[in-house]
Amino acid sequence: MDNAKLKELVTGIVSEASFEESKQFLTVTVSPAQLHQLLKSLKERPDTSFDFLFCISGVDIQDKLMVVYHLESTAHGHKIVLKTGTENREKPEMESIVDLYKGAELHENEIFDLFGIVFNGHPNLRRMFMPDDWNGYPLRKDYVDEVNIIDLS
Amino acid sequence: MEEITKPLTGLEKEEEYFINMGPQHPSTHGVLRLVVSLQGEIVKHLDPHLGYIHRGIEKMCEKDTYAQIIHLTDRLDYLSAHMNNEAICLIVEDVLEVEVPERVKYIRTIMAELQRLNSHQLWWACMGMDLGALTTFFYGLRDREHILDIFEETCGGRLLLSYNTPGGVMYDLHPNFQQKVKDFIKYFRKKLPEYDRLLTGNVIFQNRTKGIGILSKEDAINYGITGPSGRGSGFSCDIRKKYPYSAYPYVKFNEILREEGDSLSRYKVRIDEMWESMNIIEQLIDNIPEGPHTAKMKPVLKLPAGEYFQRVETSRGELGVYIISDGAKTPYRVKFRSPNMCNLSVLDHISRGAKIADLVAIGASFDFVIPDIDR
Repeated sequence: MDNAKLKELVTGIVSEASFEESKQFLTVTVSPAQLHQLLKSLKERPDTSFDFLFCISGVDIQDKLMVVYHLESTAHGHKIVLKTGTENREKPEMESIVDLYKGAELHENEIFDLFGIVFNGHPNLRRMFMPDDWNGYPLRKDYVDEVNIIDLS
Repeated sequence: MEEITKPLTGLEKEEEYFINMGPQHPSTHGVLRLVVSLQGEIVKHLDPHLGYIHRGIEKMCEKDTYAQIIHLTDRLDYLSAHMNNEAICLIVEDVLEVEVPERVKYIRTIMAELQRLNSHQLWWACMGMDLGALTTFFYGLRDREHILDIFEETCGGRLLLSYNTPGGVMYDLHPNFQQKVKDFIKYFRKKLPEYDRLLTGNVIFQNRTKGIGILSKEDAINYGITGPSGRGSGFSCDIRKKYPYSAYPYVKFNEILREEGDSLSRYKVRIDEMWESMNIIEQLIDNIPEGPHTAKMKPVLKLPAGEYFQRVETSRGELGVYIISDGAKTPYRVKFRSPNMCNLSVLDHISRGAKIADLVAIGASFDFVIPDIDR
């Protein structure tokens, strides 16, 4: 399925989606509330069947904390990027997608650990790399490590 | 004290208990801690606890220039150092539209395949050792030494190469390179059947791997298992075939796929991949074109604002590099989609119900490199 058709289809599932097309991927930005529903239908519809989630990244773009999902369909070969972000830095929350993609479990743990985004419905959300009593989330742009000050700039 | 009236059978109390496998355990090949919940010697559930070698490479990348990042990627999966370097170089070259000399493409592909051979040799050596066959360790490391010598002569490094630079490679090939690689291929074509005779056909080895840790194709896709482990379950995920880069479009090779999905099938995929790697090197080694070993690059590299993604096939699967640039000389955010992290996520699922000794065999068949998981 080409990008134009994918766009049409995504607009049919969630009304408020914004699109961006680069050389590589079609990027769709949706609100956190709509993400799970969109992913579920993109995965389960036979004409899209995005079954291979090959990358999940957390990104801090200053005004928002984003999660980026890179998806590919092993049957059709098309790819799509889904983005969702929350402005709430104090208590950012999103819905977990572990029920759809089981491989997301460790990745969501990682994003929770380094960005502090809480995934609701995750079976075992915990600090993964940092110690359990660590304060702050290191990959956020406003993070200051007061203990180990190494200024790399 | 309670008096024991019946003879003990060992099955009186069915209670769950936990064993910490690692962080220092010979079969985890690094600092990985698996909290294994057991009933008797049956694995009920396991939880990987990570972070013992977390260095914050993604954070460090945000302060480094693109040429500097290459040196950090070596430290991810150190047995795929060359492919990791290549991923960053390919992004920079692709975005800046640099015409890379043909010679560079050939050199990169030959080096990457040598790296894959060397990685699989070490994996084979360790897999035997994990299952108690110590001889394989000596065989594997003996043959690996030849490749490391070739690397040392051309790149200066044996393990962490940092041989790629944006636009080309650091130095031109050593004059001995072609002859030494040809000698090595000739040597290793005789030695690889020995691997089969020593381990593959061994009854004990077969009993410990056949039907152990079965991973279905659907699960492999759902968990994102790539590389030889995914192909052992029939998931066609070879980036060299799907999205060819460097000199892979010029060579003919087979993507090794097997359907069984058990530890033995993952083992066999890797053995067959070693043959394919040798085929690829043989097709290229005599045809390396003359020319410069690097394209002309600006001293300061700045990627225009945007998002870029590059996928390469490392020894363990698909490495994805996701770079967000804001136009500065350092990236805004770098994310490494590391193959080992995805492969680790399935370990809990497939080792449930297996014996704790089988867990070692399953872990060995996935070939984890821990610094790539922790980053």
